[in-house]
Amino acid sequence: MPNLVESLYNIRILDELAEKRTIIHNIHPLMKVLTTGVYLMVTVSFGKYELSGLLPLIFYPVVLITLADIPIVPIFKRVLLVLPLIIGIGLFNPLFDKNPMIVLPWIQISGGWISFFSILIKGFLTILAALILIATTGMTRIASALRIMRIPRLFIMQLLLTYRYISVLIEEVGRVVRAYSLRSPGEKGIRFSNWGSLTGQLLIRTLERAQRVYHSMCCRGFAGEYNVGREKGMGIGDIVYFVGWSLYFVIIRYFNIPAMIGSLMMGVGK
Amino acid sequence: MHMADALLSPGVGGTMWAATAGVAAYSIKKVQNDIDEQKIPLMGVMGAFVFAAQMINFTIPATGSSGHLGGGMLLAILLGPYAGFLTMASILVIQALFFADGGLLALGSNIFNLGFYTCFIAYPLIYKRIIRKGYSTGRIFTGTLLASIIGLQLGAFSVVLQTLFSGKTELPFGTFVMLMQPIHLAIGVVEGLVTAAVVGFIWKARPEIIEKAAAGEALGGISIKKVLAGLAIVAVITGGIFSWFASAYPDGLEWSMLNTSGKEELEAPDGIHQTLSSIQEKIAFLPDYSFKNQEQKVSADAPETEEAWPAVNVGTSVSGLVGGVMTLLLAAITGFSIYVIKKREKASAV
Amino acid sequence: MSHHIIQVNNLKYKYPDGREALNGVTFRITHGESIGIVGANGAGKSTLLMHLVGVLFPDEGEISVGDVPVTKKTLPVIRQRVGMVFQEPDDQLFMTTVYDDVAFGPRNYKLPEEEVEKRVKSSLDTVGILHLKDRPPYKLSGGEKRAAAIATVLAMNPDILVMDEPTSALDPKSRRRLIMLLQSFTHTKIIATHDMDMVFELCERTIILQDGKVITDGPTAKILSNVELMEECGLELPLGLQGCPVCGTK
Repeated sequence: MPNLVESLYNIRILDELAEKRTIIHNIHPLMKVLTTGVYLMVTVSFGKYELSGLLPLIFYPVVLITLADIPIVPIFKRVLLVLPLIIGIGLFNPLFDKNPMIVLPWIQISGGWISFFSILIKGFLTILAALILIATTGMTRIASALRIMRIPRLFIMQLLLTYRYISVLIEEVGRVVRAYSLRSPGEKGIRFSNWGSLTGQLLIRTLERAQRVYHSMCCRGFAGEYNVGREKGMGIGDIVYFVGWSLYFVIIRYFNIPAMIGSLMMGVGK
Repeated sequence: MHMADALLSPGVGGTMWAATAGVAAYSIKKVQNDIDEQKIPLMGVMGAFVFAAQMINFTIPATGSSGHLGGGMLLAILLGPYAGFLTMASILVIQALFFADGGLLALGSNIFNLGFYTCFIAYPLIYKRIIRKGYSTGRIFTGTLLASIIGLQLGAFSVVLQTLFSGKTELPFGTFVMLMQPIHLAIGVVEGLVTAAVVGFIWKARPEIIEKAAAGEALGGISIKKVLAGLAIVAVITGGIFSWFASAYPDGLEWSMLNTSGKEELEAPDGIHQTLSSIQEKIAFLPDYSFKNQEQKVSADAPETEEAWPAVNVGTSVSGLVGGVMTLLLAAITGFSIYVIKKREKASAV
Repeated sequence: MSHHIIQVNNLKYKYPDGREALNGVTFRITHGESIGIVGANGAGKSTLLMHLVGVLFPDEGEISVGDVPVTKKTLPVIRQRVGMVFQEPDDQLFMTTVYDDVAFGPRNYKLPEEEVEKRVKSSLDTVGILHLKDRPPYKLSGGEKRAAAIATVLAMNPDILVMDEPTSALDPKSRRRLIMLLQSFTHTKIIATHDMDMVFELCERTIILQDGKVITDGPTAKILSNVELMEECGLELPLGLQGCPVCGTK
């Protein structure tokens, strides 16, 4: 139950954020999708011991979150919910890789810890990037970006329908589960003997709903073709956004800026 | 388990995207050939159903714990493999976007791991084979259960392979397999039981739904089946050999896996690092700085560096640390100043 | 204006499980009429409506809209003329924004995007929710959803409106607003409902269905005030015609 409520809340909050009108929201969805793609590729392309070089990537989420007026708390909550999975796998690194990597006068840090933190930071940045994309673009506009990218209509229609009916069905599932738990005190979930009937009845109702949806589509002339509205044209600003960020990502991939700054500060150059 | 972006290398992520796109394109073609336009809303609404139903807690008898519905096998059984695969894909797209469950780069892997094995291997080779002799409660139950378990086992094994080929973790192959497969066996049994219970119920209540789905999808030709069967056999055999190795010679295998993954990891950025160091030469005051790539530069005949820096160096470590802190500080300042400027703009607008 | 006439002749329909839903329904509706179709649960109201828009096809008998018989071939024409508002707005609002939902029909008829926009805006304006056009459907209240569902149908410019339980699950104020809205339409209206008071206000003619047959067909005022007839059919007088519970007078 809390799961159901929580995920509904999560979808709605992201939807609401996507309705804002900021500079970032107004950028063409295709450019945002592509920029996110480049960002993710660059982020994961860093080697497992390249820790400091990763850090300038954080400018992207910082700039976007502030420019797009995205509240930090709900987004970070989501990141923290997902991160433990990554940490679970990453934590093995310090166990298996104990070569000293960083030697400071007072401490030695093993390669395992470096690669662990590298995974952690990558996890953090990639999760953030996906959430920022949906929070500044919204499902409908992402769908129109997919359309421009020549993803078949059938898949997009299907994707949008799934997205549309998630909130309807989560509510329906919630009602059924609530009704069940009201009559079965002290149970954490659905009892074995009711697995099939409870889910099965929900499923049959869902199939009937699908039928009604299909009928209502037919009544408005649906014949297998699905037409999305046109996304407004791309401006120079949109292209500059994409090219600018991509250039930045590529530069920080090739130059370890923090190391340069550090060496400038410390004077450990040649 | 959903594969995460952070555990993937661009190569593996890209390959899996390509594989998934291929399977998806093929499935779309197949679904469109059916010309059953009714299937589109059915797929959409069913996707939402699976999404929602995954959140129902099913308590497992005599254990006190609970499990969930998986969805992939249910979709394959109710919609056929092609529509089932596409529906699973759209569920995962939404999970990746809204819940950051598995990343966008890992989406290809996740769709493949959770959709391909269930819809195109476990469904035709196990479920359909068992059902072929005719529908009965028992056969539907065993078919669904077995297919769910095996589909998930293959998916979990695929996660292991993708992670290891990406080379981000130090987790030895054997340990990883021993970690993943049993956990997913347990998950698979519960998912399988739930799915079997649901399919069994539907078959009793509305048998035409189950029969229609299975009959409607004429698996395009035996050739694909053969290919898939081949794929499955190869996967099972390699899996078996690997796990045998893993238990028999754990150290040896760890060594070899680490070696291969390590090599991939280090070779890829090699070109980048050569360019980098040639640029570094021009900008003289920059230190030849990077952590482990140092060792490699020695072997990868890098003539541009006059002196091979030791891999471990107090100076580079400190400068890296200081630079990192500076970068983060700068990021924080940037964010804060945008925030302040925006606030001021808003205030002046009012 | 012959194309606004609906002629239903001896309509029979059995569900796949063999249950008879319609058992010889016949009536004729002329241009501009407003008809209430009432009857107990399971009387066949929804099944009848499904036949009018060609979602279901009769086992026996025929329907024609204007001079066009409802068959698989004529569906595009029929569906442009007859707009159906479903009982559950969530089934009808399947797109991610209200705008796209209302635009769905016109886009299917391949209208130019400018014309689509014009139609969407004018239909949303008619039902009074133009300001909600960019909202996702789940964020609408029950009344707003109903209005949006009606707008999706209006955007097709139909001559005939068919509605299944338009006032169900609406609060009194939304119900009142909906009735006023429907009153302002000049379309031919066919409304299946349990809301006797709405029928009394909106429809000059009423058809009572029972067990898949037409029991009576005539002026609303006469039928809905007939106590015996109404009870026989599992119905009740409109509240407006019942005695006052406080003072005991009509």
